[in-house]
Amino acid sequence: MTSQEVRTHTIDMNSVLLNRANQSDLEETCIKVENLNLFYGEKQALYGINMEMPKKKVTAYIGPSGCGKSTLLRCINRMNDLVDSVTIDGKILLDDENIYEKSVNVAALRRRVGMVFQKPNPFPKSIFENVAYGLRIQGINDKRILSETVENALRGAALWDEMKDRLNDNALGISGGQQQRLVIARAIAIEPEVLLLDEPASALDPISTLKIEELINELKEKYTIVIVTHNMQQAARVSDYTAFMYMGELVEMGTTSELFTNPKKKQTEDYITGRYG
Amino acid sequence: MENKEIGHHISEKFNQELEDIRNKVLTMGGLVEQQIEMAVQAFTSGDIELAELVIKQDNQVDALEMAIDLECTQIMALRQPTAFDLRMLIAVIKIVREMERAGDKAERIAQMAIQLSGADNQNHQYELEHMASLIMEMMHGALDAFARVNIEDITMITGKDENVNREYENIIRRLITRMMEDPRNITRALDVIWAARAMERIGDYACNICEHLIYMVNGEDVRHLTQQELEKKMKA
Repeated sequence: MTSQEVRTHTIDMNSVLLNRANQSDLEETCIKVENLNLFYGEKQALYGINMEMPKKKVTAYIGPSGCGKSTLLRCINRMNDLVDSVTIDGKILLDDENIYEKSVNVAALRRRVGMVFQKPNPFPKSIFENVAYGLRIQGINDKRILSETVENALRGAALWDEMKDRLNDNALGISGGQQQRLVIARAIAIEPEVLLLDEPASALDPISTLKIEELINELKEKYTIVIVTHNMQQAARVSDYTAFMYMGELVEMGTTSELFTNPKKKQTEDYITGRYG
Repeated sequence: MENKEIGHHISEKFNQELEDIRNKVLTMGGLVEQQIEMAVQAFTSGDIELAELVIKQDNQVDALEMAIDLECTQIMALRQPTAFDLRMLIAVIKIVREMERAGDKAERIAQMAIQLSGADNQNHQYELEHMASLIMEMMHGALDAFARVNIEDITMITGKDENVNREYENIIRRLITRMMEDPRNITRALDVIWAARAMERIGDYACNICEHLIYMVNGEDVRHLTQQELEKKMKA
């Protein structure tokens, strides 16, 4: 081996040592929550939340039941507007634009911010029509566009190979795991920027859960994802950032690898290690 | 993170499992300390029986290492530990490795004790005593810090390694001189050097245990730092 050859064999230590945890400086913010307070009637459910969620990354919210994580998630596409007696102050900026501004069209906002719930909720229609639904209500009826979009969305949700021969079957006849991926396909068919997932795998068996998790990993190439989960190992597996909430407050947020190996706050430590708070 | 205790998990069984591992590590530590002490005593006094006992008992250290590793692996698979629990298990896996190696070195010292016991000149065997007491203090300090989950005085333990190294160099220098004076000393001097080398390594293992403890307690990886860098970091 000549000295030249030896040199080409030197390892690029920077690329080897580059840790996901240290990349946070390079990321662009997609959603920014500023001093958000939320009340259900008299009762305050969220206290002065401040956080930033980076673009095309997965952010997970963890915390005990009733800590406000689903409430916070629903704020991001203004689902809480549907609940009477809710009052909200503070801002949520989506690409630097406050979504609680009066001028914001909520229907348009929800097209940009899609949502998937705990229990799969397909419409009692065919698989094709479920995915095409978002386009149809936008007035798109061109068959070619519809079938192209449905195929892409089903491929995106890793469901095309299983469903391509039964697109006209009733969506309620497929398995729970498939239904959940179908619902995700329906959400991504209208090409949102953000996907909100509220316990997307808690009603599924372990294999379907892994498929959803793998799907999340693929979807973050295109979308910013926020996920609420009770399953801490799931948060650890799928997310880049984790926020720990407790009693309506954000206790700690950081890169997932750091938060699960060396949390800064004792409350976080107690929760993730399963100790008495 | 004020509370570093193992307990207080909602799962009582998990508490017990971690406590069990901790106790096993302490048992193993006690055994290794005893092995070193006996080996040193056998070396200085030329007690062959004691040396043979050390060699015989080394398999107990090995067995504990494997048992602790297995338990750690099982807990990781079944409980997916996080934060302090995870760091503790990782640290334990590394600490038992260091202890097992320290046990091997004790065995080495015992072997040298047996070889030297045939030599007629007995008084030279005392030359390693000071070094031996230093490494035993270090090992004891490291295990004590593990037992108390407390790293406040950890740099005092690692600081002693410099003394050990200095002592080692002095011994080597003296023995080289003796070998040059009279080639008939070479066989014996080499055996003493092997023993001194084994002790010096035990000091290094004690330092490594301290580094793993720092990772376990505050999550910081402090391997490959100089003593000065370590002291600075621990003060910060």
